[in-house]
Amino acid sequence: MKLEYIVAIVVLLFAAQFFYGAMANPDSEFGGADGAAGDYISEEVSPGYEPTVPWFQKYLFEPPGGETESLLFALQAAFGAIIIGYTIGYYKGKNEAK
Amino acid sequence: MHIFEGFLPSPWWQAWFVFSIPVILYGMYKMNKLVSERREVVPLLAVAGAFIFVLSSLKLPSVTGSSSHPTGTGMAAILFGPAITAVLGVIVLLYQAIFLAHGGITTLGANSASMAIIGPFVAYVFYKAASKAGMNFYLNVFLATAIADWVTYVVTSLQLALAFQSGGNFLTLFAGFAGIFAATQVPLAILEGALTALIMKYVVQIKSDVLVDLNVLTTATVAKLKEAMQ
Repeated sequence: MKLEYIVAIVVLLFAAQFFYGAMANPDSEFGGADGAAGDYISEEVSPGYEPTVPWFQKYLFEPPGGETESLLFALQAAFGAIIIGYTIGYYKGKNEAK
Repeated sequence: MHIFEGFLPSPWWQAWFVFSIPVILYGMYKMNKLVSERREVVPLLAVAGAFIFVLSSLKLPSVTGSSSHPTGTGMAAILFGPAITAVLGVIVLLYQAIFLAHGGITTLGANSASMAIIGPFVAYVFYKAASKAGMNFYLNVFLATAIADWVTYVVTSLQLALAFQSGGNFLTLFAGFAGIFAATQVPLAILEGALTALIMKYVVQIKSDVLVDLNVLTTATVAKLKEAMQ
């Protein structure tokens, strides 16, 4: 049981660092670090840098907006969680049946 | 967070494909071999892959005021080694690049190198060395996976600093990118390490024989860990 407590404390500390971060950066929307790196490149490192768009980009699917994107991210998490839960539950049940 | 499409100019994105493709092919060969020789590891392989899926879908806010996601690759690296982890990591990166326009196709080689290859490799080496030195199993898993997560973004910063050397002093650039990626990642890496240690505890509980089979733990260590659970 001990490890569960430690993990719970780490999760609480994680929440605390988020609230601290939200207070320390009041205007932040917590955008992606990749976006921040993109801004850093096009503003400071190589002013005016435009990402090169590969020729096949227009044939690729792109989520039409934030809603669809969050759906796909949620699906990704859900599939993963189902597999983990199913497998661990399956073996736990099997061990107990022995 | 991966490098966006178009943010690695030639010849850097090609170079990272040259680095990554052989490792991924070798990983596919290793995975094939493992799966055909030991059917009983397949569920655990699925769990390791699913763990990467879950963790890399969580965009978590960090104290720096921006968000990033953990990688989840450390657990697979400890269980199956870095080559097989590379294959699992690439599957997730492909999903995100194709369906979410997150990361990118031309930057896939570079993103694979950081998240699916170098990060897991560091986790694997750390885990093996620390378990030889007799470190507590859960602490070892925590440290190995947290370091792998963090190293992934150090590598990302290096990749960008290398590609944009014309923009200034290399070290200044690296510090700039690391300030964005690696600093944001510190709390996330700690969280990932803790979660992985917890999942590994359940794996020990339910499927310890496979862990011995995969050379992750010795029979003696398993017995000790199980005793501590009682």
